[in-house]
Amino acid sequence: MTKQLYVARSPRIAARMLGEEMLVMSAQGSTLFTLNPTATVLWQNADGATPLDQIVESKICRAFEVTPDVALHDAEALAEDLAKHGILLISEQPISNTNSPEPERR
Amino acid sequence: MSLLLQEVSDRAQQLGVPFNVHLDLTYRCNEKCVHCYLDHEDHGEMTTIEIKRLLKEMADAGVFMLTLSGGEIFLRRDFFEILDYGRELTFCLKLKTNAVLIREAQASRLRDIGVASIQVSIYSHRPEIHDAITRIPGSLERSINAIRFLKSQGLKVIIANVLMTGNMRDIHAVRKLAEQLGVECTLDPTVTPMMDGDRSTLNLNAGESALRDLFRDEAFGGNADCAPPLPPDESVMESLPCSAGHTSCYISPYGEFYPCVQFPLSCGNVRRQPFLDIWRNSERLKEVRSIRLRDLSSCSQCVHGSSCTRCPGLAYMEGNMRGPSTQDCEKSFARTGIPSANLLARKVTPPAPRLIQIQLVPVIAGSRLATVSAAAGAD
Repeated sequence: MTKQLYVARSPRIAARMLGEEMLVMSAQGSTLFTLNPTATVLWQNADGATPLDQIVESKICRAFEVTPDVALHDAEALAEDLAKHGILLISEQPISNTNSPEPERR
Repeated sequence: MSLLLQEVSDRAQQLGVPFNVHLDLTYRCNEKCVHCYLDHEDHGEMTTIEIKRLLKEMADAGVFMLTLSGGEIFLRRDFFEILDYGRELTFCLKLKTNAVLIREAQASRLRDIGVASIQVSIYSHRPEIHDAITRIPGSLERSINAIRFLKSQGLKVIIANVLMTGNMRDIHAVRKLAEQLGVECTLDPTVTPMMDGDRSTLNLNAGESALRDLFRDEAFGGNADCAPPLPPDESVMESLPCSAGHTSCYISPYGEFYPCVQFPLSCGNVRRQPFLDIWRNSERLKEVRSIRLRDLSSCSQCVHGSSCTRCPGLAYMEGNMRGPSTQDCEKSFARTGIPSANLLARKVTPPAPRLIQIQLVPVIAGSRLATVSAAAGAD
């Protein structure tokens, strides 16, 4: 059985919606990212408590009309990429003590 | 500015979003710099509650980059409370400080909060020069120690120097000091008038020959072969003077809302009016936004029109926001040897040029992911 993954927004990042894009900047390296709509949905729902497969099924598949298997595979790869840059946390356990309320849409 | 950040800034402008705000938390300071443009008396700073309310309004308005400055920010007892709240609201937080009050504990806390950069003012590598400018004995040693504390926490530090008559011989040594400390270094030859209009500080500007040398100094990004200017074409005529009032603005410790820290045209007060209401509805701000190069009587006819870094705020402080900024005219003259239309009209021999911004920024490889775009060094 595949282990569940939990994702959470890093507590030391800057983030803001600009139009339809999410801007994220990690304190580590002052690197600015713009997230595409799929990555933005993942980011906004990375609360540390909801398993990644549930986020994919309830938010991404519904919004982007993609099958769960494909979407989960892509989401895991994306989450790992974001984690490498210090802007997302990944764990096999629920993650607590993340700071941020979800950045509001502008 | 990175390409991605430029794209994002352009997008913010299209959407009418105040992307970048400079907020001075206090004008009080523990240094007494000879070139400072501020009145350091406290005339009624915003309270903690007022500042938190403002931060929330700014986050709701879409502000992303938030620079906290002063005065000396660490003189506010609630500074870390404000900073924590700024982090909670997911701003990109940048600080400007003399760092005199930063020790290991403060540096550690700044690391935990995730501050993007800390700009520290250093005017010379020699205590007798730096401390004479700050008028605080021992200030250089304390600021350098603070930089080491900040670096030990992995924080990004930028030394900010200002070119003046008193320290012009030390600019290369300050740059070398920055290299030794492993930090970036900026040099700003802009000594601006005081915010109350007093122009006596301009006497501290380094002479024209110093600025001309600087423009040709490769160590500071200068180029000995400064190209002669091209006359402005149609696209330049429609261009914006700068980001002031378009994607950025400034808030004083008393809540006054200006287009820029160097543009003291009050557009409202956030104590009496919501931030976004001022941003969207201030008639003065709309007037600032309406100005294009073609509207500038002197500059639109000037040979430097396409290359000049005319500052609308300095022009305003000279008496006309649609007029020339003589300090920038002098800079263009130092760079090219060709007098501006303004200088020709006034038949003046350019004195010491004053306004340029040269920044030494190391090239950092940017990361690009399949589903995200990234750009490093996003200042």
